[in-house]
Amino acid sequence: MNRARQLLLQAWATLALPFVAILLALVAGAVVIILSSALVPGHTFDPSLPITAYQALFQGSLGSDNARVETLVQAAPLLLAALGIGLGFKAGLFNIGGQGQFLMGAVASVAAAGALKGDGPLVAIPLSLLAGCVAGALWGFIPGFLKALSGAHEVVTTIMLNFVALALLSYLVAGPLRLAKSPQPVTAAVGDAALPIIMGRDGHIGIIIAAVAVPIVWFLLFRTTLGFQIRAVGANPDASRYAGMKPRRMIMLTMTVAGLFAGLAGAGNVLGINHQMSATFSTTVGFDAITVALLGRSHPIGILLASLLFGGMRAGAALMQIKAGVPVELVDVVQSIILLFLVASPIVRRVLRLRGAKANLGTTDTISRTYGSEVIR
Amino acid sequence: MTDIPVLGVILQFLGYLLDQLPFIAHAAVAVAIPIALAAMCGVMCERSGVVNIGLEGIMLTSAFVAWIAGVVALSVLGPSTPTPVFGITLPLLIGLVAAILAGMAMSAIHAWLAITVRADQIISGVIINIAAAGLTGYLNTLISKQSPLGAGGFTPLSIPASVSSLPVVGWLINAIFAQGPIAISAFAIMIVLQVYLFRTRWGLRTRAVGEHPRAAETVGINVVRLRYRNVILSGALAALGGAYLSMELTTSFQANMTAGRGFIGLAAMIVGRWSPVGAFGAALLFASSRAVSQAILFTKPAGGLGEFLGSIPPQVYDALPYLVTIVILAGLIGRSIPPAADGQPYEREAAS
Repeated sequence: MNRARQLLLQAWATLALPFVAILLALVAGAVVIILSSALVPGHTFDPSLPITAYQALFQGSLGSDNARVETLVQAAPLLLAALGIGLGFKAGLFNIGGQGQFLMGAVASVAAAGALKGDGPLVAIPLSLLAGCVAGALWGFIPGFLKALSGAHEVVTTIMLNFVALALLSYLVAGPLRLAKSPQPVTAAVGDAALPIIMGRDGHIGIIIAAVAVPIVWFLLFRTTLGFQIRAVGANPDASRYAGMKPRRMIMLTMTVAGLFAGLAGAGNVLGINHQMSATFSTTVGFDAITVALLGRSHPIGILLASLLFGGMRAGAALMQIKAGVPVELVDVVQSIILLFLVASPIVRRVLRLRGAKANLGTTDTISRTYGSEVIR
Repeated sequence: MTDIPVLGVILQFLGYLLDQLPFIAHAAVAVAIPIALAAMCGVMCERSGVVNIGLEGIMLTSAFVAWIAGVVALSVLGPSTPTPVFGITLPLLIGLVAAILAGMAMSAIHAWLAITVRADQIISGVIINIAAAGLTGYLNTLISKQSPLGAGGFTPLSIPASVSSLPVVGWLINAIFAQGPIAISAFAIMIVLQVYLFRTRWGLRTRAVGEHPRAAETVGINVVRLRYRNVILSGALAALGGAYLSMELTTSFQANMTAGRGFIGLAAMIVGRWSPVGAFGAALLFASSRAVSQAILFTKPAGGLGEFLGSIPPQVYDALPYLVTIVILAGLIGRSIPPAADGQPYEREAAS
């Protein structure tokens, strides 16, 4: 009995803060909806508009089989990319490059799919996914290598690489990968490499891949020496070096693995949903995944829950815009407010008298502190 | 291609650049202004020890507010005749002031999170960026359905041909002064900020707080207050950059119209080694890669050179600023070292 109570308290201590942050953000979102409704011409003051909007959001994310599948489809890339970013957080690295790694993975998988035309799905699918993983991993390795080489801070290099990836993608789609005789710059369809649909209208197999990644990352982090080293380097690079670990190698490895996950997410999205790429291919996955990783406190299980929440919001946003006239961008607003409350947690805790909930967001407090005078030996 | 003597090609290219200089310089300044303003905002923040990757979000917010405040002011006040120089109207001025206030408000949020809450400053910047993209996108979708009438934009100064065709300096005068009011004032801000940062007490204190806040505090500098003041004030600079986009370069707001300029500003700050003049120079350098590509598009140089330059994909020019920054950060060419206390929250020692 006592043990059960302790477990419950512990669960509350972990979940209270994210839960409160989400709740407060939804309330703040409701305020935004009401205030902004005054901007619509011929509006009548309607205090129930947020409820209508959230109902539509709920219906669009969980209200039907198709909606639930759509939630999973939206959650899968977030989950994969956020697992990588969370791994980075554990190692004390702030990987803002999820966006670039995602795009590189996507474009590489399309290129591979084009090269493997006619080889049949059994060859094309795994190799195209692999190409996405490799490209993403490379895009993660570069900032890791630069940090290990000269201490160039990964926050800045990953931001820069996001834009390099964007330029490279636009060049590849408009140039070498362009579908002949197409009026707009688009690539050929992925053909055999298209991921099989396993549920609903567009529930592709990438959902399973993402789900399988959760226990793998959990095992890696908490049951292997490598995972221990990653966490040790994140907690204290100096101490881990004195203990015989190699922080530089860990940094390169972690960034590469993080890139691999984001690249796989990109490959999964383009092979499973878009089936081809245009020069204006854009995504919010890279930045959403940062929020997901923070909300999930860099823990695989937490990231799984957070990605389902954000996947659901993305899935339901369209219905919300149609039914309640609330623009889809509300999801971004809510997302930023969730982050705001998480970051301002000491204040939130004080105001709400949340005693159990710890303030930290995992190991992120060591990250921007290293910005000024980082020397990794 | 290989038969062409390399030296000859280089000379031809230099000749081409010289020939196109008036166009390239003017276009480069127009592209560089928002980047430079964002970069100087970053310089002010990071010199006082606060990392700011929310530049993009501050700019985007201000670009939106500048436009929407202009729309509202125009509908309330009605149209007025613009001044002959710069085309200033009251709604435009109201838009500009509102944009500056909005930028400072966003900066104040960042300052509060970074200084008082002592949150991770990178996350705080991410919040600013996501919130700005979300809120401006959201409101823009709501409002643009009505396609409201905007307050227009500032007009560039017209330089008489007799001045702009002066030998040696004509192109320079034209590049700097044949611009709108925000662009011209950006040059003034650069000079003032450079002098203030390196020649005044405020500047010395700011740099001390960015390098060693503990030592600064022991000689009686209020670290927290100085950081707050600098971060909030710096917001006005990024705000000017945003307002430039929606009231000088164009005359309305588009969703996500900053398109990464805040991040190039961050790059310019690093390449410019955290000094206002350096940051402005880096912004000009980045912008001139774009301006040269525009020049080549309009007037292709003759012969093999033109063919070669024309065959370079335009994306190379897009990626160049970012690649240069990575190379410099990695210490391959020169070294760029941030202020020592950059990114570290400051905690006053207990008074016991």
